[in-house]
Parts: sequence; structure tokens; C-alpha cells
Amino acid sequence: MLTCLCDAFYGNVGIATVKVLEHLGCDVHFDERQTCCGQPPFNAGDWKHAREVARNCQSILFSDDKLVVTPSASCAAMVREGYHLLFPEEHPPAAFELSEYIVKERGITEWKSSKPYKKRIAFHRACHGRAIGLSGQAEQLVASIPGIELLPIHNAEQCCGFGGAFCVSEPHLSAQIGQAKLETLLADQPDEIVSGDMGCLMHLGGMLKRDGNQIPIRHYSEILAEVI
Amino acid sequence: MSTRVDKYAETINRVTSQNVQKASEAKTISRTSALAGLFTDPGKAQDFAAEIKGFVLDNLGALLVQFEENCIKNGIQVHWAEDAAEANKIVLDICANAAPAGSAIVKAKSMATEEIHLNKALEAAGYKPIETDLGEFVVQIDDDVPTHIVTPIIHKNRQEISKSFVREHLGPETTVPEELAGQARVHLRSKFREAKIGISGVNFGIAETGRIVLVENEGNSRLSTTVTDTHIAVMGIEKLLPSEKDLAVFLPLLAGSATGQRITTYTHFISGPRKPDEVDGPAAVHVVLLDNGRSKILAGPYRDILKCIRCGACLNVCPVYRQVGGHGYQHVYSGPLGAVLAPGLEGVVAYGDLAKASSLCGACEEVCPVRIPIPRMLLQLRDESVQKKVVKDPVPWSLFSIGARQPFLWKAGLTMLPMASKMPHPLKSQWASSREVPEGDQGEFRKWWKDREA
Repeated sequence: MLTCLCDAFYGNVGIATVKVLEHLGCDVHFDERQTCCGQPPFNAGDWKHAREVARNCQSILFSDDKLVVTPSASCAAMVREGYHLLFPEEHPPAAFELSEYIVKERGITEWKSSKPYKKRIAFHRACHGRAIGLSGQAEQLVASIPGIELLPIHNAEQCCGFGGAFCVSEPHLSAQIGQAKLETLLADQPDEIVSGDMGCLMHLGGMLKRDGNQIPIRHYSEILAEVI
Repeated sequence: MSTRVDKYAETINRVTSQNVQKASEAKTISRTSALAGLFTDPGKAQDFAAEIKGFVLDNLGALLVQFEENCIKNGIQVHWAEDAAEANKIVLDICANAAPAGSAIVKAKSMATEEIHLNKALEAAGYKPIETDLGEFVVQIDDDVPTHIVTPIIHKNRQEISKSFVREHLGPETTVPEELAGQARVHLRSKFREAKIGISGVNFGIAETGRIVLVENEGNSRLSTTVTDTHIAVMGIEKLLPSEKDLAVFLPLLAGSATGQRITTYTHFISGPRKPDEVDGPAAVHVVLLDNGRSKILAGPYRDILKCIRCGACLNVCPVYRQVGGHGYQHVYSGPLGAVLAPGLEGVVAYGDLAKASSLCGACEEVCPVRIPIPRMLLQLRDESVQKKVVKDPVPWSLFSIGARQPFLWKAGLTMLPMASKMPHPLKSQWASSREVPEGDQGEFRKWWKDREA
């Protein structure tokens, strides 16, 4: 499952995800009919249209027994938790977030790298990992790459302020929470900021760009793919 | 378009915001370490407490009857109040028989009495209610409202408190916490000696024994409920526990979650009025059982919010609350709890917008001692608000839905994104107020995939 934000803005994350999965021996399929899981209207409270989009996603991605993996905890949570709210009578399908698949499903806790990645990294944990029971699996993989230094982040558990519909319906709150997050992420002058959800990348990245800050901000899958 | 919370965020002064942030972050940290010290597995304690509270909600009617019967056996007079007006009237009637208008009434901290705006009703009847919890006392003299259910003045720093005390002639300027507490103490002691009536809330009402349990750290609840002749406790109907053994998990869980303590300084078990052979204690104890919308919540999709034990951990950990404090929510109950409870009690028309003032990060559910699925209920509230047209979303989701169900439209949309990102739109201006607009990569992944498959 590519996710709509990767489809529109972060194709490189989709490419990295395919490379990572293939490196693990997966036979990766991409159904070109896929679009969005329905989370944007669901999150905004328009469940009528969310149901339509979710049904479409279900029919395309969850109609056979292929395992669904996505580089977004948010989309995985939507499928597992959100669909249950949209269709309470049904058993929600399973979708796995990439690091969840690697660490929890495949039991891989160290990323085998052919080269070091010599960077000091500020890792922002995407909040929707909570909804699917993740607790730092992506950081664990990143930290296992030789050369990487993961910097300790003050208030690491705090949200970046993206929040889907929240980021546009509550622009002041979203910006204030985002600024507070950036201050903590940038405190130790990292070489890169890394996160696990495109919403966080888009929000924090957009703020950095506005501030004229050139620091790279990336999805962790890009690093995993780069050191294969 | 934005909610009252976001509008408040736009205007909040930086010092207030920093006061809230600093204190709430510290409390989140102390909560984690306290619970880790209290329980081998705090998560299991949360599960267990959630189960007990679930049992309470499933059996609320029967437990309330049992509680009332046992209270009466203990000599506690029980009153039932359907709404705030009835609760206030009950309290005023009791007061009328206990002390003449003009008398001082000492109050221990109670969110239930904040909810029904009891002080206003007492003042209108000529009484002088005096808040004796230090935080609530500051709120009262500043003519403010509490911004947190546990720590009402989380938004104020010591300098601000001292300024208020100087203004009220309570003592000289100081920023030493002990000195500030000392100034309030001297003032409040005389009020305790004077008052004939004490009013409190209830942390737990025990159905099995008909006792009420109060927790506190300052001793003012003890004085309010024991040195006065009449004690009136206002209790939300959901504050029941089946039996006293349940306190073994609830007392440490509440103290740990609320203030990072292993146990509060004082824990009171109130078993009724002074017995004939006892030398002190009030001659009359009243419990006012407050519904005020709770039965309605119990019957609907937000019933789990009634499990809440008012620890405030969800406020402390919430990124939105940390920015604005409680004032932004314009309701007695703020933060994630308030965003569900306020519309639950007063309807989505009045408070449905609060559900939008959340990034749905899930931190609240994680720290909740009774596992209330707050994010889920915020989503349900958004759905209800949209259905009832309380909030209007600026995004044409019907068009999005059409595009998302037609692969060719979707792909066409992707190629048009870079152009679209340059067009004006209200959504874009909301985004661009603080962030650069992403440009779109024109379906880079799809191109890559197509090329490699070819």
C-alpha cells in the first residue's frame, strides 16, 4: 500500500519501501488502481465519504491473501482501527507498517548494511505507531546501522502537530506544536531529521523550508534502502 | 473555520503557555516514574482498573441503590439531582437550615461543584463560599477559572501568585512556595474556624459500605469536612466503586497518574456524621448525587468517558493542552477529557468543535489509568458533528471520494498537483500560514514502477 501522500509527494519513500522489502526476499506487488485508504475524510469527520473510499481500498488491496505492507503507521492504523469504526460489523483487514513487518513479523532487529551511514540523526517517532502497538521498532532498525548516532530527544513522545485535518483546521495550534517539536529535534544540531510518516515529514519539512533551514528530513525507509 | 481552542492559541501570551508546558511536562515524567515504582506492570493495573470501572458502568443503577442504602445506614443523607439547577437548589436548602445567609462556607476542591457553578448560586443566595484548596483559592481571588482539573493554576507562576497575594493583603512579596502557602494558610485558618458548612466533592463512593473517599495533599479537605457542623459532598453518579478493596488499585493509580505520588498525603474515609460517643466531626453529612447529563452519556457512544477518575494525566500529556492550558476549551473540563466530556454533557451543538482540536496522537489513551479510548471517541464526535452540521469542513470530500474511486481521475490529479499547489485555496492558505506547500512529484513512484515492470 503506497499511501496517497507517497503517491503525490513522496514517491522516493515508496521506491525505498519496495527496495527494502525486496532485499528481504519479498515478492512485491503494486496494484496501480490503488489510491487512498480513506483516512483524510475519516479524520475530518466525513465518514460517509470515508466509507466510500475505504470500500474502494478494501476491494483493491484486501481482496486476496497478499500481505499488505505500507511505509505509514497512520495508514496501517486506519485499516486496522479506522475500518472497524466505519464498518463495526466486519472484521477489519490486516495491514502492516514497514518496521512492524520487519521487526515484529520477520523478527529482524538489526539492519544488515553493506556500508556505514555516518550521520547524527534526530528521530521523530510518528504517533500513529501507538495505535498499532509500535514502540520504537523503526528507531531500532535505524540505530543498528553502523555509523549512525541517534540523538536523545527531549519530549520524544510528543506529537509534531500534523494531525491530518488538524493541521489546516487548527493552523495556530499545529504551527506552535510543530515549532516546539522542531526546537527539540534541532537542539543537538543533527545532520538529518528522520521520521516514519509522510504527514510528519510534510509538516515539519514545510516548516523547515519556511524557516530557510536546509537540513534534510527523510523517511527511515530511505536510509534502510540506501545502505543495502 | 478553526475551533475556539485554535483561536485561543492565537492570542495566548507566551508566559502562560510556557507555565502550562513546563508543569505538564514535569507531571507527565513524574507520573511515569511513580507508576513504575508502584506496579510491576503499570499496564496491567490500568487494565484492571478499566475492568472495574466497566463493571461500575454496566451495573450503575444497582450500585447506586446499594450505595444509597448503605449511606443511609451510616447516617449520611442522600439527595438525587437531575441537573445543575436541582443540585444547587438541594445544596442551598441544606445551607438554609445550617447557617444564615451571609455566613462563610469553606469549600474543598471539587470539579463537580465547578461543573454546576455552585459558588455563583451560593453567592446569589448571600453566602460567602471560600475555596480552601491553594490553587482554587488563587483562582477565586483572581476571579479566574481553573485551567486544570487537578492543578487549577497550572497556568500561573509564583510571581503571579505573589502579586495576587500582595493585592489581597495576605503578605509581602515572595516567590518561596512555603511562604506563599503560609500566607494563604493564615488567612484560611480563620475561615475554617468561622464556617459552619463545608462543601467537598467525592473521589470515590463505595457502594458496598456507603462510605465516601476523598484524597488530597493540603489538609484543607480534612478541615472542610470535619470542623464544620454540616458537610455536603457533591458527587457525580459515575464516581462509584463496588467495594473498598478496589481502592488497593485505584488510590495508587490515581495518585501516581495525577501528581506522580505513590499515595496522596491525606486519604479520608467518611463514614457518616459524628456518633453520640464521638467528640468531633460534623453533625450532618449530605451526599448530593449529580446526574447532569451523565445518564444520557451512559446510554450513548461516549459512555467510556464516565470511567474517568479525574487524574488529569491526559491533559498533562496532550500537545494541544500543553500549548493552551484549560482556558482555551471554555469549559470546566478541558484537554482530551473535556473534548469528550463537554460535548457529552452539553451536546455537540455547544461543544462538538472541541473534538477537532486534537491531533489524534493517542498519547491520552496511553496514559489513561482506566484505558478510555479518547481518540476513538474524538473521531466519533467529529462524525456526529459533521452529520449534525455543527462543523463545516472546507474540503469537498465528495469530490475527493469520486477521484479516489476512479484510478484515471486519481492519476490525472497527481500530474496536476504541482500546478494545483500554485492555485489559491482556503486550505492552502491555512497550510501556508506557517509551512511551505509541498510541490508534488508528479507520480514519481508510478513512473519508476512502470519503467521497471516494462
